[in-house]
Amino acid sequence: MPDLLIELFSEEIPARMQARAREDLKTLVTNGLVEAGLTYASAGVFSTPRRLTLTVDGLSSESRPVKEERKGPRADAPAAALEGFLRSTGLTQSVSVPVTGISATAHVGIASYLEHREDKKGGFTIYAVLEKPGRQAAEIIAEVLETTIRNFPWPKSMRWGSGNLRWVRPLHSILCILVDEAGATTVPLSIDGIQAANTTAGHRFLSPARFPVTSFDDYVVKLKRAHVVLDSDEREAAIWQGASNLAFAAGLELVEDRALLAEVAGLVEWPVPLMGRIGDDFLHLPPEVLQTSMKEHQKFFSVRNPKTGRIEGFVTVANTETADHGVTILKGNQKVLSARLSDARFFWENDLRVAKARMGEWLDGLKAVTFHNKLGSQADRIARIASLARHIAPLVGADAEVAHQAATVAKADLRSAMVGEFPELQGLMGMYYAQAAGLPDAVAHAARDHYSPLGPTDTVPADPVSIAVALADKIDTLTGFWAIDEKPTGSKDPFALRRAALGVIRLILSNALRLDLRALRQIGDSAIPAVLKSGAGNDDSLLSFFHDRLKVFLKDQGIRHDLIDACLSMPGHDDLTLLVKRAEALAAFLKTEDGPNLLAGFKRANAILSQAEAKDGVEYSYGADIKFAETDVERALFAALDRAEATITPAVQAEDFAAAMSAMATLRAPIDAFLDATQINTDNAILRRNRLNLLHRIRAICSGVADLTKVEG
Amino acid sequence: MTVTAPTPPRSFQEIILRLQSYWAAQGCAVLQPYDMEVGAGTFHPATTLRSLGTKPWAAAYVQPSRRPTDGRYGENPNRLQHYYQYQVIIKPSPPDLQNLYLGSLRAIGLDPALHDIRFVEDDWESPTLGAWGLGWEIWCDGMEVSQFTYFQQVGGHDCRPVSGELTYGLERLAMYVLGIDHVMTMPFNDPDSPIALTYGDIFLQTEEEYSRHNFDGADTAQLLRHFEDAEAECQRLLDFPPDDPKSGKRIIMAHPAYDQTIKASHLFNLLDARGVISVTERQAYIGRVRALAKKCADAFRLTEAGKDAEGVA
Repeated sequence: MPDLLIELFSEEIPARMQARAREDLKTLVTNGLVEAGLTYASAGVFSTPRRLTLTVDGLSSESRPVKEERKGPRADAPAAALEGFLRSTGLTQSVSVPVTGISATAHVGIASYLEHREDKKGGFTIYAVLEKPGRQAAEIIAEVLETTIRNFPWPKSMRWGSGNLRWVRPLHSILCILVDEAGATTVPLSIDGIQAANTTAGHRFLSPARFPVTSFDDYVVKLKRAHVVLDSDEREAAIWQGASNLAFAAGLELVEDRALLAEVAGLVEWPVPLMGRIGDDFLHLPPEVLQTSMKEHQKFFSVRNPKTGRIEGFVTVANTETADHGVTILKGNQKVLSARLSDARFFWENDLRVAKARMGEWLDGLKAVTFHNKLGSQADRIARIASLARHIAPLVGADAEVAHQAATVAKADLRSAMVGEFPELQGLMGMYYAQAAGLPDAVAHAARDHYSPLGPTDTVPADPVSIAVALADKIDTLTGFWAIDEKPTGSKDPFALRRAALGVIRLILSNALRLDLRALRQIGDSAIPAVLKSGAGNDDSLLSFFHDRLKVFLKDQGIRHDLIDACLSMPGHDDLTLLVKRAEALAAFLKTEDGPNLLAGFKRANAILSQAEAKDGVEYSYGADIKFAETDVERALFAALDRAEATITPAVQAEDFAAAMSAMATLRAPIDAFLDATQINTDNAILRRNRLNLLHRIRAICSGVADLTKVEG
Repeated sequence: MTVTAPTPPRSFQEIILRLQSYWAAQGCAVLQPYDMEVGAGTFHPATTLRSLGTKPWAAAYVQPSRRPTDGRYGENPNRLQHYYQYQVIIKPSPPDLQNLYLGSLRAIGLDPALHDIRFVEDDWESPTLGAWGLGWEIWCDGMEVSQFTYFQQVGGHDCRPVSGELTYGLERLAMYVLGIDHVMTMPFNDPDSPIALTYGDIFLQTEEEYSRHNFDGADTAQLLRHFEDAEAECQRLLDFPPDDPKSGKRIIMAHPAYDQTIKASHLFNLLDARGVISVTERQAYIGRVRALAKKCADAFRLTEAGKDAEGVA
């Protein structure tokens, strides 16, 4: 069983694309090999900035022959029918062997042939036995690799020179060898002038020479000798280890950053961590500024003083060893960092000046920034959010004036130089600047947190002022875009309205807020000037949009959409906290043994009742009278309904849905017994009417808990 | 690979001269700057227009570039509203372009054996030129020293063959090579010359003057009119029938029309610096310049220099 080694050697592959490219290479090649009839034991895939490497172990040396039988016309069929069949199979009469029965062994060596087989009617039918011979692995590999290269799903690819081939960056060489006991053989393959060979090259600067390889093990060893660590996991580990050691030796600690580690590992073949110190003039900058500046611009790791928590140093990862042990490289990096941090300090100091003057300059500046051409400037938007926040504040336990103030300054940092440079610091800088302005902590925290939550797992603000501003922010976005009819369609949601709606849902649920969505929507709507509204804004589609987002969110929490529907028909469904409480109780109830049985009993009773109501054209809601009860079973149901109702009504009022549901569960046995033993549609009209009225009571009592007709199953 | 480690350069102009002779030695036509105000070396017709069509091309040149919004009155150590780019454009891109580029770094005293040279993903796009390409920014010890791009599309046309484009930000690169912290203190000519001149001796005053001009002086109403004029003129020139009755030749005025595109682009940059273009208008202006660039590219493709060779699709 030979092993296969493939290396696609190119100019530098973007770091962010390497992980996906590894998986794609493995899947495309191994699937291709298997589809062509080869088998393999295992496969491994690797990448560096300049190469994608695949190794496939225990590959079959040729594909199995494939045998296929096709039924043709009867032997005495017209000649044209036979000719047509021959054409479709690619056979000629000369390989036809008239035999009865199956005796393929008689034709060893003939790949494909015709047979005449006796059929049940005593005649003969022609069969074609088509054999595709096994093919050599090398031939298959060459085909599969060419197809893979020509159709590789790079997120962005390019042409170069005069060629037509597309790759992520110019592809320079292909190593493709099959290795067995006899040694390595190169798989013959040529794509757009690139001839597959058994050689590769080492590190761009340290070991640029090309060298031949004879197996995967040989390849890995020789690469390492040529200053290339093939495995990105190994590079990551080496970087982490080396960088941690440097920090530790200086009494400091490395700040963990997985994403940065993976990226840096994709930028180097021969990682050499180097540590430097941040100049004293920059240590007073907020740690997030230092970290962001170093990471975004320089791909440096941050190094922290464990005693003070301050960021005091950095680790850069070079891709080379030098005679001066990186002194020049470190000096250069330090210089670039100083320039970058000088910029950051300049921004910070200028921003602080504006912040201390209560941010007036920024707030004025936001008047000139368009939020959306139909929804006015950022300043217009902030005024709406501030007004909304003032309305919402009392509903969430926040001081209305503080919420108004917080909303007014929360987005001021959008005009700050720092956020202009690092948009990802929006909100956080707002907090620092609000503090510098001497504003209350609640205001500063609201500036930081009002964008949250940004997704299904992001932290949800819990401080009342932050909640008020965060809700106001999202409700303004939703009502605004609804008013101008810019709703999300299909996969298009350019204004992230689904995320905004989910944000509202999570803010309400996480904080167990008791808010009426419809009222919130009306407050939000009232802030949008009437002239902006295209007329589409006044329907209920925003509420159903919320309901849809809620279903999606709760589905992930294990609550089925039909249970939400069952609760959405109940009073108070605009109160999401109440709605979810009810749905959770219903979901829990349906998981008990009584749940599904009661549901079945309810549905049975409801079906009989609905049928009768439709037929008679009346609603049986006059109330059943126990004096017409004929049997113990019937009387028992009366008693059970009385008992259940006495519990359910107050429990629902107290929002104790669990208690209401367990009271409902007690109805299961009496309902079943009643329905099994009693003929509802009896000839006695009085009894029939009374029993239908009794069924109506079942329906009314159960429906006080949830609309069980909406529950599936 | 390195035959000899050259002595380190001592001045800004020495770095330019070394780049000129290096790329001349690689067979590039060393051109002079284009005589119009442009935002980057890419705008030079030697790059924009010559990257179209199948005719082979190899050129290198210094291009003074203007970014009105970057003016800092000469105070910022490395931000200027007028600066120099060094531009190399080769079509088709040679297979060893990366190595040729590294050779140019050696020529100006950046030895890859001592520095950390890195090719970091950076996709290039020029919305005003309707152009994009893939490539890298090149880092030397964490400092971006060049842009390296394989052009895929220019003026809305696919580049076939593909051109390789190198752009060096000369001031920044030179400051790094020479170990200078503030651009204005950088020696422009040899510091031992009888009359030694720094970058500031030559450009500090003009940075001040142009910063004031760009931010406060330029007459925006006039700039707006000139933008409209350039736009109209570009279209007017392209509307001429190709056959010239006077010379009897077929002459499409692609270059003169493209000059108007360059003009419109620079006027837009000035208007932007004056702060009279809103965020929404911005896109519309960029779209108007792009429309001109595309029309000029269309026209150039019909000329001798821009057409496809026989037998090429």
